[in-house]
Amino acid sequence: MLFNLRQLFRHRALIQILVARDLKARYRGSVLGFFWSFVNPLLLLLVYSLVFTIIFPRAEMLGADVHPYAVFLFCGLLPWTWFASSLSDGASVLILNGNLIKKVMFPVEILPMVSVLSNMVHFLFGLPILFGFLWFYGISLRPIELVWFPLVLAVQFILTLGLAMVLASLTVHFRDIKDLLANVLTLWFFASPIIYPMSLVEGRGPSFMGLPPVGKVLMNCNPFAHLAISYQEILFYDGPFGHWKWLLALAVGGTAMFVLGYWLFDRLRDSFVEEV
Amino acid sequence: MPAIELDHVSKVYRRHGRRRRFATLKSALLTGSLVRHLRPDESFSALRDVSVSVPKGACFGVIGRNGSGKSTLLKLVAGITKPTSGSVRVHGRVSALIELGAGFHPEISGRENVFINGIMLGLSRREISDRFDEIVEFAELEDFIDAPVKTYSSGMYMRLGFAVAINVDPDILLVDEVLAVGDAGFSLKCLDKFAEFKRRGKTILLVTHGLSMVERFCDEAVWLEAGESRTIGDPKRVVQRYLTDVEQTEDKHLAAQDAKAQQTPVMQAPADPQALSDASETQGADDAKPPADMFLAKEGRWGSGAVRIQEVTLEGPGGPAHVFHTGDPMTIRMQVSAAHPVDDFAFGVSIFSPDGVCCYGTNTDIEEMRSKSLQGDGEVVFAIERLDLVEGTYKLDVAVHKRDGFSYDYHRLLYTFRVKSRTKDAGIYRPRHVWRFTDNVRFKEPDSRTDD
Repeated sequence: MLFNLRQLFRHRALIQILVARDLKARYRGSVLGFFWSFVNPLLLLLVYSLVFTIIFPRAEMLGADVHPYAVFLFCGLLPWTWFASSLSDGASVLILNGNLIKKVMFPVEILPMVSVLSNMVHFLFGLPILFGFLWFYGISLRPIELVWFPLVLAVQFILTLGLAMVLASLTVHFRDIKDLLANVLTLWFFASPIIYPMSLVEGRGPSFMGLPPVGKVLMNCNPFAHLAISYQEILFYDGPFGHWKWLLALAVGGTAMFVLGYWLFDRLRDSFVEEV
Repeated sequence: MPAIELDHVSKVYRRHGRRRRFATLKSALLTGSLVRHLRPDESFSALRDVSVSVPKGACFGVIGRNGSGKSTLLKLVAGITKPTSGSVRVHGRVSALIELGAGFHPEISGRENVFINGIMLGLSRREISDRFDEIVEFAELEDFIDAPVKTYSSGMYMRLGFAVAINVDPDILLVDEVLAVGDAGFSLKCLDKFAEFKRRGKTILLVTHGLSMVERFCDEAVWLEAGESRTIGDPKRVVQRYLTDVEQTEDKHLAAQDAKAQQTPVMQAPADPQALSDASETQGADDAKPPADMFLAKEGRWGSGAVRIQEVTLEGPGGPAHVFHTGDPMTIRMQVSAAHPVDDFAFGVSIFSPDGVCCYGTNTDIEEMRSKSLQGDGEVVFAIERLDLVEGTYKLDVAVHKRDGFSYDYHRLLYTFRVKSRTKDAGIYRPRHVWRFTDNVRFKEPDSRTDD
């Protein structure tokens, strides 16, 4: 496995060019071209802002500290898009590139990585817009807090990559995963504190024997919740970054996920050629 | 040290039966058999205990029928799959011309795809920049290199793929039937490139159905049959053995086909004259009509049965056969029997090409043999000294009839034979011939490849 990990590093030129290919090919032929990388998150933001401020203005939400809502929403939405697109791309990447796997000597393990990376590039392109919003609404960023930002990115990357590898290798054998995944991701989106703040969940559900309420326990099991909260605390909320303990725990968990994903991928590697 | 070494290599593919196909995630989760179901129901050996050693600088040919394991062998050497047992050792940088242009993205330009493909094949960005012009020139795509690959014709696509792969400058080149790429001019260029590789002491592993290419180009060859290596060694000998085997299989196949054709027909009354004339009219026959039934190119058997042809065997130089070589002798042997004495009879034979052209037809009456008597069982032999037909599949009519044409037993296109030839001459008939030239007309040595 270590040998294969080194391979992953050795193939960085290939990874780089494949990511570039993905990005170039994605908007080829469209009028706005690369601008879609900026326009897409904006439109998504517009849709959600519209739904949750005009169509369903929830009283609880209004009470919570989520103003301005569009900025709050953006802090969670942008990383979510990276996360969710990476997983759905990752799940089908091996099947789509069957030709490479079957006919060429190709380091297969870089394919899920390319999915995660090219979605990360989109995420990075979205960041200037997010910072623009922050600036526009006069939300000041503390340099001390921003130090955490790359770590959050890194944790999200490793976790997503781990999950993508699991999905990629299993989807080769069970094509059902692709269909299932789309719905699981929708559920996951609503179960994460993206469109609502974590504080809404804190007090929810019965608590028994001195344990915290069910809502909070469940939320703490959701790795993306911690990522979303981290982004929100760093970028949106004032005050020190209080979620760092969870983030570090998630770093460990994410690495474990990656190791598990890589192990599974490695075990099933030889079957890809025959099953894809 | 050999460049490629396969040591008792076997490759087993798993084949999933019906059970597996329905075992989707749901059932796998429900029965908790996720891991168990990943195991195969049955297996299929693509290669069985194959040992091959290719010395450095050699050109090694792999021949065999479809599904004999040639491509699996290539994939093992390329490292795309791993052997189930045995070992594969490869020394040097490998470039595989297996799937040309694999990984080309249709939406982006040829230029960008060259870079992507080159890096995929193990070149650095710099190396590609250095060779870029050469690649484009070789692919003859100077005018189109900045157009998206999806606008390319399949020939252009393949040419670009080939040009990139060949410019990887490998120590070992794996070639899988890619010379069908492009037009004649490009094929020649590819051959030149291979020759250059050979000169520079690179190793080539060539999988092809082009047997003449194996004979001309390879230093050694192996014939794979159902995953086993049948013959290995001198390419001429290997190709010859393979061809012999192909002929034997064809022979069996043709024999089975004939047997089937002879079972189906029922004895019919002599063909309805009305129908015959209708048929000849629809065929648009001109004035000089051959007998009308010649146009009914349909297998069958009819006749009164007063004389019967019980059995027909074709014999080549080495006994019963269905496959002949141009110029071979051929004997048509008919077992005939007449229950009652007959005095008016004629035996006929005609040979038809697959598109229904009568290549030759004769009967004893035409050849002015006047029948006297026939009774009981007998044998009629039609011996052809030289079967000077060009390559193709031919069908045979045999018949016994009255001298006025009334059929006793007419076998219409019931027998098939195939003629093989090493020269791909055109037409039907090959007259025996020689070419003669005066001294100022000269040709290269027959072994040189430019005359091809």
